[in-house]
Amino acid sequence: MKIVVCAKFVPDATADRRFRSEDNTVDRAGVDGLLSELDEYAVETALTVKEAGDAEVTVLTVGPEQAADAVKKGLQMGADAGVHVLDDAIHGSDAVATSLILAKALAKLEADLVVFGMGSTDGGMGVVPAMVSERLGLPAVTLGSEVTVDGQTVRIRRDGDTASETIEGTLPLVLSVSDQANEPRYPSFKGIMAAKKKPVETWSLADLELTPDEVGGSSAWTEVVEVTARPPRSAGTIVTDEDGSGAAELVGFLSTNKFL
Amino acid sequence: MSNVLVLVDHTDNPGGTVRKTTAELLTIARRLGEPVAVFIGSDVQAALPALGQYGATKVIALSNPELSQYLVAPKAEALQQVAAKVEPSAILISSNAEGKEIAARLAVKLDSGLITDAVDVQAGDGGPVTTQSVFAGNFTVQAKVTHGTPIITVKPNAATPEVAETSPEVEEFDVTISDAAKTARITDSKPREATGRPELTEAAIIVSGGRGTGGDFGPVEAFADSLGAAVGASRAAVDSGWYPHAYQVGQTGKTVSPQLYVAAGISGAIQHRAGMQTSKTIVAINKDPEAPIFELVDFGVVGDLHKVLPTATEEVTKRKS
Repeated sequence: MKIVVCAKFVPDATADRRFRSEDNTVDRAGVDGLLSELDEYAVETALTVKEAGDAEVTVLTVGPEQAADAVKKGLQMGADAGVHVLDDAIHGSDAVATSLILAKALAKLEADLVVFGMGSTDGGMGVVPAMVSERLGLPAVTLGSEVTVDGQTVRIRRDGDTASETIEGTLPLVLSVSDQANEPRYPSFKGIMAAKKKPVETWSLADLELTPDEVGGSSAWTEVVEVTARPPRSAGTIVTDEDGSGAAELVGFLSTNKFL
Repeated sequence: MSNVLVLVDHTDNPGGTVRKTTAELLTIARRLGEPVAVFIGSDVQAALPALGQYGATKVIALSNPELSQYLVAPKAEALQQVAAKVEPSAILISSNAEGKEIAARLAVKLDSGLITDAVDVQAGDGGPVTTQSVFAGNFTVQAKVTHGTPIITVKPNAATPEVAETSPEVEEFDVTISDAAKTARITDSKPREATGRPELTEAAIIVSGGRGTGGDFGPVEAFADSLGAAVGASRAAVDSGWYPHAYQVGQTGKTVSPQLYVAAGISGAIQHRAGMQTSKTIVAINKDPEAPIFELVDFGVVGDLHKVLPTATEEVTKRKS
């Protein structure tokens, strides 16, 4: 079985994230990036499935030069191979265009099982798995908090807003997992050394039979008109509950602000 | 005026209670054109009064049972067919997990741009202009769709529902669901136990508990109940098995934006802040005066929640009675 994990390289959430003033896209220069934390759960899921049977795990990423680090992290965790779709024309692609690039790459890789995290930690839309499934005409089981692969059947459990559901689909299939799915492993020293020898291919848009005008900022179907930084919060009142007066002060604050 | 499709968000119980988010979507739709509600379910009649109250000019009812059996792919197909007939100028969907997935598929099917998690939508010269809050609430972004039919998912509390009584006509709509859309199915579903508290994403007040509860959510729940609030939990509390995942507030759980957010025993990791930072008023109770949550608060109590909350609960109850 061929498992492909779609992994995104994102700016570190604890760093000072900002936008480029010229085109309102995320400023990736000078901000440390890493494999989106939520995609680590996807890598772990793929590795667990591989260890239970016979499978090969490829980590696929779309992004600038530094995005190779996302692939590297996946390989260090234990994936077998990596693919990096790298092309200047990709800059500025929105979710719809990104899903097109991923779908083309996944078709070329002939993936049986495509694994996503529940969303990226930067854009945070969480829509790409469904878009890719739609483009490939494959079933999607999404936001799994428990995943079992039994022959050709993939079964997940998930906690929805109103119910806890079991959902089933047959391979080939698109899967997304939540941060409840597992505990991602840390790369071992052996894993880090082994990753250096694993094959990583770099594909351009031409390799995917896509043209620059099908992706990137010029063909994004959404446009950011304006970006405003939030004004800093003014410092609030902080009291210390030394003599048991904290509760009264809290209730006083709630009352003054008409929450009672 | 152009038609604006609103996918009705309602509960699955018999009668399908229309959620408050739908009233908000209809209110926004009226700014953009004529709201046409799309109701997927068996009992459109039960939903009609609520839809008419907030100005739906027409209700398109889709009752094909296959629509609820097979996840979201059939619903997206159905909406595509409705859109082909109605030719809307925009499509509004609630920004929950299912809504976003339907919107994602629809965007590909209709070859259209998609904006998710809008906290406001206004009419603009070239179509709807959305407002989103990104990067843990540190930036506000205004955006528009530049290609196809704008598909926008809207977060709860993005608008104050405005009443505009109408008597919408109901049109039954037959959809054809392809076999391809039926390839993933729900094999088991257990409804979540009702707590009697408001839904987390809709609540005006939320009281959340974290690691500092030590696993005892009793004081958090009692304080929430005294305020008529919803209960939330931090990821640390959920990962420890102290509270169900469905109540997790944060980047990987629910993002909430209530009038009042009370964080009890929550240190305020960036992932949690991302989920609650846009709350109007923020209150925190934490033993650690260095906890990052205090950087956000309008009012903070450095103290033990197990002492502060029960006393505060008593005081609130006394004042309210």
